[in-house]
Amino acid sequence: MRYAETGYNLEIDLSRGAIERVATDPRDTEMYLGGLGTNAKLLWDRVPPEVDAFSPDNLLIFAAGLLCGTPATGCNRTIVSTISPQTRLMAFSMMGGFWAPELKYAGYDKVILRGKSPNLVYLYINNDKVEIRDASHLKGKGAIETAEIIKKELNEPSAQVAAIGLAGENRVFYASIEQGRSSASRGGIGAVMGDKGVKAVVVRGTKDLCVAKPQEYMDLCNEVLGYIKHREDNPIPDVMPILAGLGSPQEMKVHDEKWHTENFNWGNARTRRKDFWTEEVDKAWAETMEKARTRLISCYNCPMKCGATISMEGLPTYMMKCFTKLTYTMGAYSDLDFGLRIAQKATEYGLDGFSAPQVMAFALELLDKGILTDADFPGMPEDNEGRFFYLLDKIVTREGIGDVLANGTYWAAQEIGKGAEEYAHNNIKKHEQLPLKLSMLNPIYYLMYCTGEKINITQIEGQFPQAPYPTKEQREAFVKDWFQVPDDKFKQIFLDWEPRGENSMPHYPTVDMCCDIVDWQEMMHYIDDALGQCAGLSSFPLKPPYHIHNYPKFISAGAGIEMDKEKLTKAAKRYRTLVRAVNIRRGMRRVDETPPANHWKNRFPELEKDLLDSYYKLKGWNDDGIPTKETLDELGLGYVSEEFLKRGILPAS
Amino acid sequence: MNSDTNKRIVKTINIDADKCNGCRACEVICSAFHAMPKYSSNNPARSRVRVVRDPLRDIYVPLYAGEYTESECIGRDKYIIDGKEYDECGFCRASCPSRDLFREPDSGLPLKCDLCDGEDEPLCVKWCLVGALTITEREVDVVDEQKKEEMEIGLESLVTRFGIEKVADAVAQISKEKR
Repeated sequence: MRYAETGYNLEIDLSRGAIERVATDPRDTEMYLGGLGTNAKLLWDRVPPEVDAFSPDNLLIFAAGLLCGTPATGCNRTIVSTISPQTRLMAFSMMGGFWAPELKYAGYDKVILRGKSPNLVYLYINNDKVEIRDASHLKGKGAIETAEIIKKELNEPSAQVAAIGLAGENRVFYASIEQGRSSASRGGIGAVMGDKGVKAVVVRGTKDLCVAKPQEYMDLCNEVLGYIKHREDNPIPDVMPILAGLGSPQEMKVHDEKWHTENFNWGNARTRRKDFWTEEVDKAWAETMEKARTRLISCYNCPMKCGATISMEGLPTYMMKCFTKLTYTMGAYSDLDFGLRIAQKATEYGLDGFSAPQVMAFALELLDKGILTDADFPGMPEDNEGRFFYLLDKIVTREGIGDVLANGTYWAAQEIGKGAEEYAHNNIKKHEQLPLKLSMLNPIYYLMYCTGEKINITQIEGQFPQAPYPTKEQREAFVKDWFQVPDDKFKQIFLDWEPRGENSMPHYPTVDMCCDIVDWQEMMHYIDDALGQCAGLSSFPLKPPYHIHNYPKFISAGAGIEMDKEKLTKAAKRYRTLVRAVNIRRGMRRVDETPPANHWKNRFPELEKDLLDSYYKLKGWNDDGIPTKETLDELGLGYVSEEFLKRGILPAS
Repeated sequence: MNSDTNKRIVKTINIDADKCNGCRACEVICSAFHAMPKYSSNNPARSRVRVVRDPLRDIYVPLYAGEYTESECIGRDKYIIDGKEYDECGFCRASCPSRDLFREPDSGLPLKCDLCDGEDEPLCVKWCLVGALTITEREVDVVDEQKKEEMEIGLESLVTRFGIEKVADAVAQISKEKR
């Protein structure tokens, strides 16, 4: 008997149209938990580095996390893993919503797609009945539109649909997979889905999902729920409102965007507008949002309302969450009304809201600098907003210059040449980053930017305050009920951390302290991604309800796998190392682990070298970022070290 | 009051659909509570409360399982409120042959909300942190006779089903054992 998980994966060969229900090995769950962990194992085993993103041999895996579908609040993430066309590394973007629990109720933990369908199809999983259905009538349809059409034609209003739009069909390197209020956006996984000829994966499930120790598990769930209530009633003082509570930053609820609009850069991550947020802007934007927003909404089994239904006059309704609210607005130096309008179209097209606006701003910058010319943009409107809508269409249809831009700023710059590379200035590992340009190096963030293999800062940061508190009294008050720390030493680090003077950035926290902090931050994200827990209730916010002390109990009582803090820490390290191994085997090295050169103005090369050296050491990686044989063998990843030796990635000693 | 009335507590679940965030936590905890053994599994398809949700039309209606009915209504109703068109029978609580709602997915047996008998409050209310579901209790007077009526109704239906002789025999048998 399997608990929390179903013990079955669906294997679908799209080339042959074959569907298999495959029992999984419970020992894999013990080693790699589930979700991201077991996805990494599948990619290591079955996708050698010679296979590129658009090869039929690439896998596209939709996984429900280990605890998804159980009553654990907020445990609803679908972890989609594949090889990214943009970074050519492992992509493991995730989405909340309702899809993963539904998959569990249908009786599966993962849907593993391989091969390529000759025609556009969609998959319909209804408990034991699984069909590959024709989707030719859905070609070119919007992602949200597609979901509505499918639910209607199947007469299944309760089905959950993950679909791509035109961007995915046309293999735009930053195409997303959309699922109602959620999307798996980063890394271009929507392009892989489009390449495989799959328009949508539809799930309906009505089976029971069991837990191993029912009363114990429910007590844990109730404890979490009680703590969420406590945190909602007691926001954390001395931090900005979006960091005071739980959930994703409450972009849909909060109108005050002074912090984002004045600290993040506009255009192609170019201009900081320190006096942008005036009273008039505040009033106008609040009005736009109030008028557009029908309701604040949540993912499955979660009281946090991180999303919203948005209805702009004259446009179809769509759903939005988090920071896409501002990315188009700021990319185009425009206003919120424009941002919400273009996001409607971009959501139907299925595009990553981080990369897309930056690519468009990048194109206009190249035009401005004469690297691209008017001839590259035939028929482009004069006005700024019009130009963005024009570029959006060109990119998703891959028409003219759009075909180049559809590959993202890094690849586009390579193709355009003439110094365009200089304008693709905000990437890590070929992937567009948040538009932040700051002055003083932050050593904690330095490590996260370098080594985060999700290649997105929000997917590694969290828990530890982003800045020191001004007074000792405030710090003491903060640590008083900070029981989430894995070790009390983190409290001391925070207590001694000052905004100025000897104990301030960049030399405090010290190198070793920074390494420990980042290791903890990253570990919590990796645990979330295996269990299917949303970072918004766990690794991202300060003082979250899920942490290293209650997670082992959740796994024991939920999945029936004996677990303690040490065993969980080791499991997380195991599949975290396996993710790195997949990427190392694909050629990633230390040289790739660097933040955008202009991310900070004040840099400290020696300190940075020391930081990365020390962090690699703590992780058990060699100076080039490659996990050592000892580390691999100790984690039970002997098969990895063996292959590293065989391929000459590690030297035979 | 006089001696032939009694007090009874009526529990009302107040559903503020405007506050519903569509998360379906009510379905999760309901199906877990009613699993056998308690909390051993969960399955929203077995839940006795269902959030009828259609986000793009902004429809969020937490609906509780009411009585089982053998036959469907002759007429149907369809509501339009504030310009939003709700599904046919959208507010009906009945477990009815016209639809799958409020029937066990495997056996088809009807489901009915019991307000989580034995708990301090219905667990859907406890788990609804957004305040869409709240409970109020009030005392009402009930006439003692009502109990008799209930028994009579029960007996009558037994008589209809098994015949007067069988019921009479059974009553005689039970009363013999009880003495």
